[in-house]
Amino acid sequence: MTEMQTTTAAEGYVTADGRQIGGVLMDLKGITLRFGGVEAIKNISFDIRQGEIRAIIGPNGAGKSSMLNVISGFYVPQEGEVWFKGEKRGPMKPYEVARLGIARTFQNIALFDGMSVLDNIMTGRLNRMKAGFLSQAIWWGAAEREEIENRAAVERIIDFLEIQNIRKTPVGRLPYGLKKRVELARALAAEPGLLLLDEPMAGMNVEEKEDMSRFILDVNDEFGTTIALIEHDMGVVMDLSDRVVVMDYGRKIGDGTPDEVRNNQEVIDAYLGVAHD
Amino acid sequence: MDQLIFASEVLVNGLMTGVMYSLVALGFVLIYKASGVFNYAQGVMALFAALTLVGIQQGQVPFRHLINAIFGTHLESFGWTLPSVLAILLTAVVMIALAWLIEKLVLQHLVGQEPIILFMATIGLAYFLEGFGDVMWGADIKTLDVGLPQGISDAVEATTANWFGYGFFIDRLDIWATIIAAVLVAALVAFSQYTKQGRAMRAVADDHQAALSVGISLQFIWIMVWSIAGFVALVAGIMWGTKSGVQFSLSLIALKALPVLMLGGFTSIPGAIVGGLIVGVGEKLFEFWIGPMVGGATENWFAYVLALLFLVFRPQGLFGEKIIERV
Repeated sequence: MTEMQTTTAAEGYVTADGRQIGGVLMDLKGITLRFGGVEAIKNISFDIRQGEIRAIIGPNGAGKSSMLNVISGFYVPQEGEVWFKGEKRGPMKPYEVARLGIARTFQNIALFDGMSVLDNIMTGRLNRMKAGFLSQAIWWGAAEREEIENRAAVERIIDFLEIQNIRKTPVGRLPYGLKKRVELARALAAEPGLLLLDEPMAGMNVEEKEDMSRFILDVNDEFGTTIALIEHDMGVVMDLSDRVVVMDYGRKIGDGTPDEVRNNQEVIDAYLGVAHD
Repeated sequence: MDQLIFASEVLVNGLMTGVMYSLVALGFVLIYKASGVFNYAQGVMALFAALTLVGIQQGQVPFRHLINAIFGTHLESFGWTLPSVLAILLTAVVMIALAWLIEKLVLQHLVGQEPIILFMATIGLAYFLEGFGDVMWGADIKTLDVGLPQGISDAVEATTANWFGYGFFIDRLDIWATIIAAVLVAALVAFSQYTKQGRAMRAVADDHQAALSVGISLQFIWIMVWSIAGFVALVAGIMWGTKSGVQFSLSLIALKALPVLMLGGFTSIPGAIVGGLIVGVGEKLFEFWIGPMVGGATENWFAYVLALLFLVFRPQGLFGEKIIERV
């Protein structure tokens, strides 16, 4: 590897396309997660740095989604430490994690189907609204200013993701690809410090995948959002990410730049299978 | 002509009764919207609220029958009579405490469960509250008087007598119920549409996981929603309790709310209002015109037949969200 891509530098590194990556934003140390007797995650450690796109890949059942659920607080690991922004995080409820500035999307899409696209995205900003509820109900003073600011922020995101034409449509009526995009919009609306994407391209056709890849890159580029994503499509992952963690049967079998990972024998074995004789 | 004027008096009376139905239906819609749960206990909550209000107002000792039976004492009352406003406020506090308890003891353990499980839990809650209310305040029929005007409104009678040469008989309590319901509905709509908490409430109703992921505390929203439902139950309890006395049958008015909900749609606040009015007016006019031909007493079943028709032809109700699913 070139010196430019030394991934272990203490104060960040510069990516192949010349972006400066900062210090450690999230640090996972020795995470172990069990469901009864099954160890879904076995003693895994890795970090996510400020401004990078970090991918977690692995075959089905490798424990990728469990890992993401640990980061977002939906699962609490039995062992290990989660450090965020230099502070150790105690066991937290998912909504508390969200309030720390960690937003996420779901593998099977979790949107508010009965609400319009606009309302869905507005829920992403709930934690940014501070005005008392009486003034909100009668639309007065601080509440009015706040609502206008929040609407403006949401409109920017709607523009950015090119979903202007569906903003009033109830989400339940949208096709799959657009739902995925609305979910991304809602996560972005929170202006998260860390954005978690659980298979953002699952079930999409080639064109939709290309669109989504472009949006992910643009989000990272324009807002400087740190992104951790899980994805099956190897081509997409290698193009998008700065660094990749590879999991297999709950263990970490590789960690590094896409090139490093691609040439890792263990990773090749996990994906292509290996003769046991 | 006389027939027509008489019919319009029936119509106005129907509207007023309808408002009373709407008040009960509102409580159901609120919880349904906010948690996707049909709260079978709503009617019993209205009864419990009314019992508590009477008890607090007249200074009855809670659980006195139980205490007297166990310790052989003869406790009856604290010997005070509280002003209505204070008693209503205290009852509201009790209803909020009840909401908190329901969340802690029941709902918290059922996060992510199917709505039908939560529904079953509310059935249990209904029976529990019914018995608990009896033990706490006694099972005798009580009169509730918080100073709401009652009796035939002379003003309305005089005015209509002037206009039509025939005075309408309208209960002043019904007029007040209408005003109170209107204020309550306006407040609830403003709350659920424009406030952050209202938006969070609608979000929770739709998807628990997604709500958590945007930083909404389910616990807080549930306590809030049940508190509001408790408050609506209190208002309904006051109106119905004043009208027909505080007794067990108060909890049965919840049954009248069912057809109202089927008409209006389970998810719509305006639907609960319009549904209530349609049922109220419908059953009165039906009794007036058709009743005599079929031997009367149609008010008992009219609403249910109407609801059945709706179930067949428009299952989501007038204003309910149509369930759309892409396949």
